[in-house]
Formats: sequence, C-alpha cells, structure tokens
Amino acid sequence: MSTLLRTTLVEAKLFLREPTAVTFGVLFPTVIVLVLGAIPTLREPSQEYGGARFVELWAPSALVLGIGIVALQNIANVLATYRETGILRRLSTTPVHPAQLLLAQLIVALVAVAVAGTLLVVSAWLLLDVPLPRHPWTFVAAFGVGFGAVLALGALVAAVAPNARIAGGLATLVYMVLMFAGGVFLPRFLMPDALVRLGDYAPPGVQGLLTAWSGDPAVLATVGAETGAPQAVQLAVMAGVAGLAGLAAARLFRWE
Amino acid sequence: MAVVEVANLHKRYGGTVGVDDVSFSVDEGEIFGILGPNGAGKTTTVECVTGLRRPDRGVVTVLGLDPRRDRAELRQRVGVQLQQSRLQEKITVAEALALYSSYYRRPADWRHLMEALGLADKRRTRFGQLSGGQQQRLSIALALVGSPTIAVLDELTTGLDPQARRDTWDLIEQVRAGGVTVVLVTHFMDEAERLCDRLALIDSGRVVALDTPAGLIAAARREQRVRFSPSAALDDRLLIDLSEVTDVRRAGSQVIVTGTGNLLHAVTSVLARNRIVAHDLRVEQASLDDAFVALTGRRLDP
Repeated sequence: MSTLLRTTLVEAKLFLREPTAVTFGVLFPTVIVLVLGAIPTLREPSQEYGGARFVELWAPSALVLGIGIVALQNIANVLATYRETGILRRLSTTPVHPAQLLLAQLIVALVAVAVAGTLLVVSAWLLLDVPLPRHPWTFVAAFGVGFGAVLALGALVAAVAPNARIAGGLATLVYMVLMFAGGVFLPRFLMPDALVRLGDYAPPGVQGLLTAWSGDPAVLATVGAETGAPQAVQLAVMAGVAGLAGLAAARLFRWE
Repeated sequence: MAVVEVANLHKRYGGTVGVDDVSFSVDEGEIFGILGPNGAGKTTTVECVTGLRRPDRGVVTVLGLDPRRDRAELRQRVGVQLQQSRLQEKITVAEALALYSSYYRRPADWRHLMEALGLADKRRTRFGQLSGGQQQRLSIALALVGSPTIAVLDELTTGLDPQARRDTWDLIEQVRAGGVTVVLVTHFMDEAERLCDRLALIDSGRVVALDTPAGLIAAARREQRVRFSPSAALDDRLLIDLSEVTDVRRAGSQVIVTGTGNLLHAVTSVLARNRIVAHDLRVEQASLDDAFVALTGRRLDP
C-alpha cells in the first residue's frame, strides 16, 4: 500500500471523528431537503414558483451548502491547523513530503462531497420524486469543477491566513458570500436578477448544477436559465477559478 | 568516528543573526548536548543539521551526507523530534505509530516501541487526550520509529513535571544503549549534566565552550570551598599554611576555606591532627550553572 493511500485512510478516519464536518457537510444537505419536502406546499408544484416545485428548485442549493462546509470551512481549518500545530513540520523531517498530507485531505474532501451529493440526489429521487440529473455527465462535471473551485478557495484561505483562527474567520466570510450567491439563505427566484446571475459564476456554480439536474422548464424559468450564461461558459469559469486559486494557494502556502 | 560535523555554520534571518559561527562534531554512540539560553541559536543549528534550513555559510555533514542535497537519504537515517510539534488531535497512538513507520525503508517494530515507551495501554487513546509526558513519549517514539542512526531531540522535557522529566531521561539513556547517537538540544543545565557525554555551550549564536560536563565545570571553577563548624577553637594559621588553601574566612561559628587541588583532604587532615571535629562539613562544588556564568558572564535562567 502506498504511503499516500495509508495517509488518506488515516485522514478519512480523522474526518469521520469530526462531528461538525460529517453532520453539516455530508448529512445536513439531504436532511434539509427531506424536511422541506415533508411540507406539502414545498413538495408540490406551486403557482408561486411559476408551476415549479420548491424542493426541485432548491436542491442544488443544498449541494452548495455541503460543498461549502467540507471544501471551504473544513479544509481551510484543517490545513491551517496542521501548519500551526507543527504537524506539517514534523512530517517534513520524515521521508514523506508534507504535501502528501494535504493531498490526502483533498481526497477525503472529494469523497465526502461525492457521498453527500449522491445521498442527496438519490434520496430526493426516491422520497420526493425529484428526477435524477437530466444530463448526468454534465452534472458530474459541474459538480466536479464546482467542488474544485471551492476547494481551491479553501486552500487559498489556509495559505494566506497566519493562523487557524484567522483562517476560520476568513473561511466563514467567503462561505457566507458563496452560500448567499448559491441561494442557500434566500431562494434564488426571490432575488433580483443581478444576484441570480451571480449564481452563474460564484463557486461552486449553483446555476450549472441546476440546469444539468432539472428538466422542468418551469424550474429553469424561475432562475432565468435560458437568458443566463451558456453552461460551457459557467463550467469554464469554475475551472478557471479552481486553477487560479489552486495555483495561488500552492505558491503562497507556507509550510510553517 | 564523527557522525555529525558542523563547521563555521552561519545563518541570519533578515537583519538578525540566528547563528553566527558554530562548529562542533558529534561522535558515534554519544549523547551530545547543545546547551544555551533561549534564542541562542540552538534550534537554528539543529534545523540546519536536519536539512530543514539552508545555512548561509558553513559546512554541515551528517553521516557523510549533505543535509540539503541528500535530504531523502538523510530523512531515512535521522529521526527528529522538533520543539512544539503536535499531531492531529484525534489520531490514536497506534494509528500514528503505524502510519509513521510506513514512511520508512526499514522501520522499527512500532508495537515493540510502543511497549518500550510505556504507551501500550494508551494505544487507542487520541493524541489530544494524552498527558504532556505521554505526548512527549509518543513524539520520541515517532523520532525512533524509522530505526534511525541518529536521533535529534529538541527541548525534550520542556513543560514536563519532574517525574516525567526523569522518566524521559531514563528513556534517552536506553535509546543510546540501543546504539543510537543522540543530539540533545536543551536549555536545562541539570538535563545536560545528567545525560550528555559532551556538550556545546552556545550563546548569542556562537559556541563558547565544547567539553564534557565535568570538564566545563572544572574549567569554570578551579577553586573549591569547604565550610564547617569546628568543635574546638581553631587557629586560622593552621589552615593558611597549607599549600592548597588560598583564603580562610569566618561567618559566625563557621569557617569557610577556599582553595584548590585536594582541598578537602588537606583540611580534614589538619583538623584530625589537632583533634578537632568538623561539624556540618560541606564541600561546595561548581555546577554547570556556575560554568555558564563563568563563560558568558550571565546566568542561564534569568
């Protein structure tokens, strides 16, 4: 077994021992959607949303919530803590480069959001009749680059923050902005058009997730899907954010 | 045979000089101490030795390797316990040891190491739940888990209670008995005196002395002092006439004799010849603390 695999398995165990990350990052998105789905007016098509179903409209925002917790909050905190408490420094005295530990963390985060996403999509499908993604490959791509962009921002926060406390504060700030743009706090169809468009480009790209997921024209109409940026452009923007922020994080990251 | 050689090491950070001019060599199988006050440049020195920092000037050779160029090989053969390095709060003792042992080409048996360091009953305990002494023992175990030829241990007992410190010292002696060369960084005199075969005294980035603890002490104070309360009247001249004695003073009922050589024997012989018993006889010997004061003009622990 390679050292990266061993390190990843240990980091995965450590992730599972963090109740906040597991509960809020992995389970919470599904729980919220199911709870909202238990309310008949939110489960059924409503004239208020132009004939769309609220749960179907809002489900991608729940994904944004999970990605934000795992890839932004948790990663920024873990990386900054590993540096501050000398874990990276200790590792740099062994034959293993401390970058392996960071890589292991990123893999754990990827698996965690993949589990969170699958759980949400499948339970919404089984329990709330929200169809499975209409364009599954585009959905996976949007999910992948969106996650990558948020993860890169989380790593960048850890790279520039002088300590874990400031990393936590900065990550929360960025998190609030992304959650707002992603329609987590206020459903996007209630927002002015300019803010809805923000969701096209703010990582992880709630609009891209929505358009790849839902085939209901009523759902798409509420957030101006047909007038918004083409999907390819949205994906490219996410990939660009992931690349630039990732590169900046790698360059700026201090090992001690 | 020297396993570590440091020659004219110099390292500055911005405007301040961390290490000015440090040279020493460590022989195979010894416990070598690097002793000095906080900020003297001890940690910078070991960071250069372990390849974590690049020296501005000077040559460092460890097991015939260049710590920067041959860092991969060096890391296989040198175990390091750094000052204030923690682990993940929720990693267990067994998980940490198993993981770190997988990093090495020829690891030690980590279960055996866990037994030897008295951590076996804590194997499932998370790092954050261990006491300071247990965390320190785990740190030492991680420095040894790769079966290193040299172990570098930085500020090993800082923050430990007296019992934990003594246990840690016993442990270091066992490690050396196992054939590992130990480089010990400390600002504790008693620790250096107890453990080290030889030590380099560092002050303001320079080596001010390099000797055995006993040699340093002897160099620092050739004079000794004998104090006692004589059982009968004693003429000072009896003592002053001795070649070993340089000074005789009185403090109340006590006589304080200062001198060199075999002072105690000379004084007690004279007293015996004159049928005087010395009550409360005390010989004041210099300690490493005195040596430090003598060499640097100030105290180690302010």
